[in-house]
Amino acid sequence: MSSNRQNWSIPIELTVNGRGVTLDIPPQLTLLDLLRDRLSLKGAKRSCDLQVCGACTILVDGMAVSACTYLAYEARGAEVLTIEGMADGNDLHPMQQAFIDNGAFQCGFCTPGMILAAKSLLDETPRPSEEKVKEYMEGNICRCTGYRKIVEAILDAAGKTGGAAG
Amino acid sequence: MHEPETVAEAVSLLGQHGADASLYAGGTELLLAMKEGLLRYGHLVNLKTVPGLDRLDYDTSAGELHIGPAVTHRTLELSPEVAARFPLISDAESKVANVRVRNVGTLCGNLCFAEPHSDPAAFLLLYDSRVEVQGAGGSRTIPLDQLVLGPYETCLEEGEMLTSVSVPQFGPEMKAAYQKFGYHQRPTLGLGVAVRLENGSVAEARIAVGSVGPKPVRVPEAEELFLGKTVGDILGPASGPRLSVLDEAGRMAAQAAEPMDDLHGAADYKEHLVRIFLGRVFAEAVGAAPAAQRSAA
Repeated sequence: MSSNRQNWSIPIELTVNGRGVTLDIPPQLTLLDLLRDRLSLKGAKRSCDLQVCGACTILVDGMAVSACTYLAYEARGAEVLTIEGMADGNDLHPMQQAFIDNGAFQCGFCTPGMILAAKSLLDETPRPSEEKVKEYMEGNICRCTGYRKIVEAILDAAGKTGGAAG
Repeated sequence: MHEPETVAEAVSLLGQHGADASLYAGGTELLLAMKEGLLRYGHLVNLKTVPGLDRLDYDTSAGELHIGPAVTHRTLELSPEVAARFPLISDAESKVANVRVRNVGTLCGNLCFAEPHSDPAAFLLLYDSRVEVQGAGGSRTIPLDQLVLGPYETCLEEGEMLTSVSVPQFGPEMKAAYQKFGYHQRPTLGLGVAVRLENGSVAEARIAVGSVGPKPVRVPEAEELFLGKTVGDILGPASGPRLSVLDEAGRMAAQAAEPMDDLHGAADYKEHLVRIFLGRVFAEAVGAAPAAQRSAA
């Protein structure tokens, strides 16, 4: 039985950034590997691989998860949103624009995860207090330590969109 | 990946595949261990496909919260019912790991994994919680303080599944607090105190300590020492050559928790933390100024 195991595959259908995707996956495939290696969406980063750093944050049906430790199988039938699906054509999402306007990144490695986590925060709490932003974003780490500008960008986006961070 | 539709089917799959099978709920602990190659299973039994296991119910007549095995940390954190009747749980759950882990990870999975550096088992001990377990031979109820045997080890037998956690509400007079401390992702220490005061002195006390040792514990000796004492007796300085109440209780709590040397710190440092946090958490629970500030004032 164990020799067969490697070859097991499950057919799944999901929506990634608004596009329907159908593929066969091994049951142990993580969503991060599916996105990066099968769909060539490299926005979600592999960093700690332990759900600690937030660099691989993506949204599954609007819920922030660590794609590194989340089975692709769990996304069957779900809508997955990555940084590549945030902009509307050439128009950046208000959260992306707010990060630019506020200079809220340096090396940019943590930025996709930051922006998706920030989006899920505003979807849940349209006008968060500064304290709430800091609490919610606690699990997203920026090694350039640009936290202050990140918090400012999120508050800025919340103010500009009136919370409707659609 | 198996997708059972009933608890009986899940338990039967566990029995059928023995040590090569594991229950799978949120996967936040299990997948980490599997990715590292620390655990290997040929079969995962996804309990989220069993309808109803994500139920979080408050039983009004018994005054108890029933937490199903697929209930996530985030559900507990955001439940208005939990916030109203179990504010300590609501608050402590909002500080578990990070929001991504809380979105996916389940409370029951957390208890079954028995990671020593973890909050839930410690704060649930304050409530005299129980767990329901189902196996091929039937079901049984286990007091929470008997569930965890040591690091990553519970008293569940192979083929048994935790089906619910029952948490009795505190009486209306109970005052409680829980604090955690640490600089890592996982807590270095978690300590909870619940007390009921009658005419100014302690009539009932519960103390739970987690994360510093192999498993979370209640500290009956220290609870007993608090009985009959006033807030001032407990937070005040020693009288004469004897240890202060807090120093003595802190020593008992540290002893009961069996602090271990690890990457979070040395055992004697953790003993110190237990004593300090016992004072802070007791003070928070009863709404008093912490001991250190009192003596300075």
